[in-house]
Amino acid sequence: MQSPAFRVVRALLLLLIGIFFLFPIVWVLLMSFMTNVDILRSPPSPFFVPTLRNYVALISGHLSTSSGEVQIDYMHNLLNSVILSTCSVIVSLILGVPAAYAFARFKFRGGEDMAFTLLSFRFAPPLLVLLPLLGYFQAIGLYDTYFGLIWVYQLITLPLVLWITRGYFEDVSEDLELAYRLDGHSWLSTFFRISIPLARPGIAAAGLLSFIFAWNNFIFALILGSSSVQPVTVGALAFITASGIEYGQIAAALVLSVIPTLILAIFTQRYLVEGLSLGAIKG
Amino acid sequence: MSTLILDDVSKIYGKDTRRSVDGVSMSIKDGEIIALLGSSGCGKTSTLRMIAGFEDVTSGTIRIGDKVVNDLKPSERDVAMAFEGYALYPPLRVRENIAFSLLKNRTPRAEIDKRVGAVSDMLEIGPLLDKYPPSLSGGQQQRVSLARAMVRNASAFLLDEPMSQLEPQLRALLRARIKDHMTAHRMTTVIVTHDQTEAIALSDRVAVMDKGLLQQFGTPDDLRERPANLFVASFIGEPPMNIFPGARTENGVVVLNERGEAAFGIAGATGGLSAHDGLHVGIRPHRIHVGGGVPGAETVQGEVLSSHWLGDHSHIGLSVGGCFLIAVGDRDATPPAGSVVPVSIPRDAVHLFDSASGAAIQHGL
Repeated sequence: MQSPAFRVVRALLLLLIGIFFLFPIVWVLLMSFMTNVDILRSPPSPFFVPTLRNYVALISGHLSTSSGEVQIDYMHNLLNSVILSTCSVIVSLILGVPAAYAFARFKFRGGEDMAFTLLSFRFAPPLLVLLPLLGYFQAIGLYDTYFGLIWVYQLITLPLVLWITRGYFEDVSEDLELAYRLDGHSWLSTFFRISIPLARPGIAAAGLLSFIFAWNNFIFALILGSSSVQPVTVGALAFITASGIEYGQIAAALVLSVIPTLILAIFTQRYLVEGLSLGAIKG
Repeated sequence: MSTLILDDVSKIYGKDTRRSVDGVSMSIKDGEIIALLGSSGCGKTSTLRMIAGFEDVTSGTIRIGDKVVNDLKPSERDVAMAFEGYALYPPLRVRENIAFSLLKNRTPRAEIDKRVGAVSDMLEIGPLLDKYPPSLSGGQQQRVSLARAMVRNASAFLLDEPMSQLEPQLRALLRARIKDHMTAHRMTTVIVTHDQTEAIALSDRVAVMDKGLLQQFGTPDDLRERPANLFVASFIGEPPMNIFPGARTENGVVVLNERGEAAFGIAGATGGLSAHDGLHVGIRPHRIHVGGGVPGAETVQGEVLSSHWLGDHSHIGLSVGGCFLIAVGDRDATPPAGSVVPVSIPRDAVHLFDSASGAAIQHGL
């Protein structure tokens, strides 16, 4: 049995870790309800009069600063983020899940090399690729389009989907698929009815992770698009105005931008737990 | 429900030069139960997977009924299989796992329930029907997997190590039930196993494989009394056959000990033997009688080196003229170590093999 002292110490340590990780988030949440004056007060104080003006400014699109009114398009950026991340993940799942299955199940010439090449996209510094790519994109008319950005986002999302789901497919016993095929089903229906459902926790995890990576991307959209397609990460730059940095709005923007990812995480978490609680697939 | 014919079937994996299955031919009759027996890597599972359609046939033909199935997909071959790794669908209950293939064929609900009930009673898994596979023990999962195969009405049934995980008592009970069921329903069945007791208990004929080659395909009696070669002779039987180098004499054979000296002779007719120089002599331990006095047997003097009581019989180690011989005896007939006793070797229990090829030359003198 654990002694009471041990339990107290453990709770204390857990609390410390919790505070350490949660403090910045809590502080940002508080900041989003403060005016710039409150935020910049020294020493900082947790006691202030909460205000909704940061959120109002973001949602209405009118940002009043000391040097006049600035138009910002934050809600449009938020919508862009949703469009870009969602479409990128969907495209990656459509391309990556069958590819991951192929890499997991079949040995073919160059298979490992292909899989590794896709992974190696994650090693390269993005800027190295982006500058020449900018030239091409402008030449063929992909600059500043959703299509072009979603295409480039595949560099982020596809390797993740591929390598995570591949591991899950490898864990699904091949005998399960063979048993299903012996019962008179085609290869394709085996893939959809047996392999994909059994790898679903992995697919959900890969989808969630690649969504977060896509959501957090900054550099691709900064270079390959204008404000009409730029996501929140780039859009937040607008809060660095001529009259100073609008910390309150940045904090509010951050809170708003976290919400979609948070909802998705909570939603897929249910899937993950459900999938994993089915128990290990015996191979 | 159908014949199953393998004609000169070979399998080479990828760029391998070795044949994993090498020219296997066997003809399995409608409703016959056969076992593919051999140690791991002998090609038995590859053969089974070719019949199921999971592996391409490198050369040769496989026929189920009068249909050549070489190029048919697994789904088109109408075979049922129980996998060694069970291959149960984790999200489905045991009942749904068993009924799975029947649902696909639009079998009426009442009929499905009846058949699932019958097969699960036979395999003692009735109480497990509403559980999920991951909550079952290995032995239980194995029986579910067996039930899922046996509930079908397939042309052929393929069972890969079907009873390896069962407890001994249950195994003995189920062997008899499964055999009765398969015979009653005329199920053409191929069982892959490395357990010769199981192969012999379940099947009408046993195919012994080694290094991809079919060594012998015959009834359990054939394998025991008329082994085709040294491999089968030494593989079948527990304890294994006593095998010694030997030589022909005018009126029989002589068994040589490790130093190449004559240890003892066995008189008898060796008609077709003149051309053979290199010779091996095999004697089944079960046929050697310690104590002597058996009519029609060669009786020699042997020293008892050891005796091992195994619960229902004993293994007696004997030295006869420098040859180490294992015999099987009853408790009453077990002499103490160190004593010298007469040892009877019935002439019809002596097998002669060609040393070079290993092929059997003569069974019984």
